[in-house]
Amino acid sequence: MTGDLLEVDAVTKRFGGYVALSEVSLSVRSGERLGIIGPNGSGKTTLLNCICGSLHSDGGSIGFDGVDVTRFAAYRRARMGIARSFQVPRPFSSMTLAENVAVPLEYVTHRQSLHGADVSAEARSILAQMGLADKADAQTGSLTQVDLRKLELARTMAVRPRLLVLDEVMAGLSSVEVDEMLEIILGLSRQGVTIMMIEHIMRAIMRFSERVVCMDAGRVMADGPPDHIVQDPDVQRIYLGV
Amino acid sequence: MVERPAHCAVKGWNRFVVGAIAMLVVAVLLTRVVGNEYFFFAGYVVLQFIVLATAWNILGGYAGYVNFGSGAFFAAGAYTAVALIKAFAAPLLVQLVVAAMVTGLMGFAIGAMTLRLRGIFFSIATVAIAVICETIVLNWDFVGGARGATVLQPPAPAFFVSYARLLFVIMTLLAILAVVLARYIEISRIGRGLRAIRDSEEAAESVGVPTLKLKLFAATVSGALMGIAGAPFPLYMNFIEPNSAFSLNYAVSALAMPIIGGTASWAGPVIGAVLLGSVQQIVTVTMSSELNVLVLGLLLVAFVVAAPEGILGLARRLSGKAGAR
Repeated sequence: MTGDLLEVDAVTKRFGGYVALSEVSLSVRSGERLGIIGPNGSGKTTLLNCICGSLHSDGGSIGFDGVDVTRFAAYRRARMGIARSFQVPRPFSSMTLAENVAVPLEYVTHRQSLHGADVSAEARSILAQMGLADKADAQTGSLTQVDLRKLELARTMAVRPRLLVLDEVMAGLSSVEVDEMLEIILGLSRQGVTIMMIEHIMRAIMRFSERVVCMDAGRVMADGPPDHIVQDPDVQRIYLGV
Repeated sequence: MVERPAHCAVKGWNRFVVGAIAMLVVAVLLTRVVGNEYFFFAGYVVLQFIVLATAWNILGGYAGYVNFGSGAFFAAGAYTAVALIKAFAAPLLVQLVVAAMVTGLMGFAIGAMTLRLRGIFFSIATVAIAVICETIVLNWDFVGGARGATVLQPPAPAFFVSYARLLFVIMTLLAILAVVLARYIEISRIGRGLRAIRDSEEAAESVGVPTLKLKLFAATVSGALMGIAGAPFPLYMNFIEPNSAFSLNYAVSALAMPIIGGTASWAGPVIGAVLLGSVQQIVTVTMSSELNVLVLGLLLVAFVVAAPEGILGLARRLSGKAGAR
């Protein structure tokens, strides 16, 4: 049990009569890099939403760092250190990039004492780590897709997450950009952040993951090291289409 | 019209506070200098719209939750005052405080019921609350029902020539209070949180913004300020009846003024209220009181189509500082 940061235990989620997650159990070690694959509609994003609190599960429990967070609102989970990105980036479009990053700084990191904290400078330094230093005062409307993805990452980093849940952060990026994002994400991992990554780009999954979980029809179908998973006949049949 | 030195979006509280105090001093001086009683009548209406528009903007502008029922909050404040006068002959200060509490609670209650859902449900509920409140008042004999109620103005206090002039100064104070609150919310992290909610509620929640709490807070403050704007209304008019208190004009003005002035900053509703409030007074006096709602409607359509960011947005675009707030 020791070292498990996240404990998903028999989580079920229904939308009307449709069962999106059926008793999914999963645990993530502290510091681990976990890849999640599976066909569209297999429940990956629903699982992520249940972990982050955007959705409340209908059954089962979710434990984070030894605390049962199943009924916690999303903002409380964020304050505990669970950060996420969105499949389609959701920037705060009326704000500059620096202001985007300032929101989590004000509401999570410096929530206790805002006085004396230079939120603006800190926001800029986080943006600089993502290579967005020169765009700190730009509006989000002018950003390219890859920069929007980086902004999402910057915003999650401002939470100082212990668990980072990424939902297809590389979708729609060019091959060079995928490598660039991978470097950033692996860098975060080296800083000690536990990362779960949903991704369809197998090259990225293989390079990133220490362990891969394959989901299908609301269940965990396979769980193991990346090279075992790609050899798994069921995974090949259902997901890889070999 | 009243001079407003605090128009330009000055940074820093010092200049702002100086502006606010100057405005109050000017308002008091005017009651000693100006002879025409109509001036205070018109000035009161404009100031009342500053409070209403500012109140609407706290929830509608900053957080993006549109309240169509401002008229109900305004009238609820007014009728709270009537009930207090009838029951206890309560002084104006008590009327103001209790009205703010009643309509603040109204805002909180509607919020608690609907703000968990998407924004449109809140808006629908605010339309419903207007109908509910009006029906209650129409059938509540104690406050006059459909006949209305006559409220006698107390004698003017020593310093003031007339009671209307006292109400003018009090409404100036309330306008300052409303703008100070709005500005505080705007530049504090509450304001940033509300803007994050308007941009993407789910993203806001995911980075630690307690969205429901913030929305409830904004709905409560907004409701309380709308009620406080309505509380002196019976004494100001000497008479109140449901049709005028629940007039569509309040609901439309409360959202048209911020939208035309610009919703991004506290200055927007103030500019909108001063401009439209004055235009409405001029139209009412020179043409007809029915026409002023038409003028308001046409201006609203024109701005929504041509300048959705309002006068503030236009000014910013013209001065070329697109990024400045």
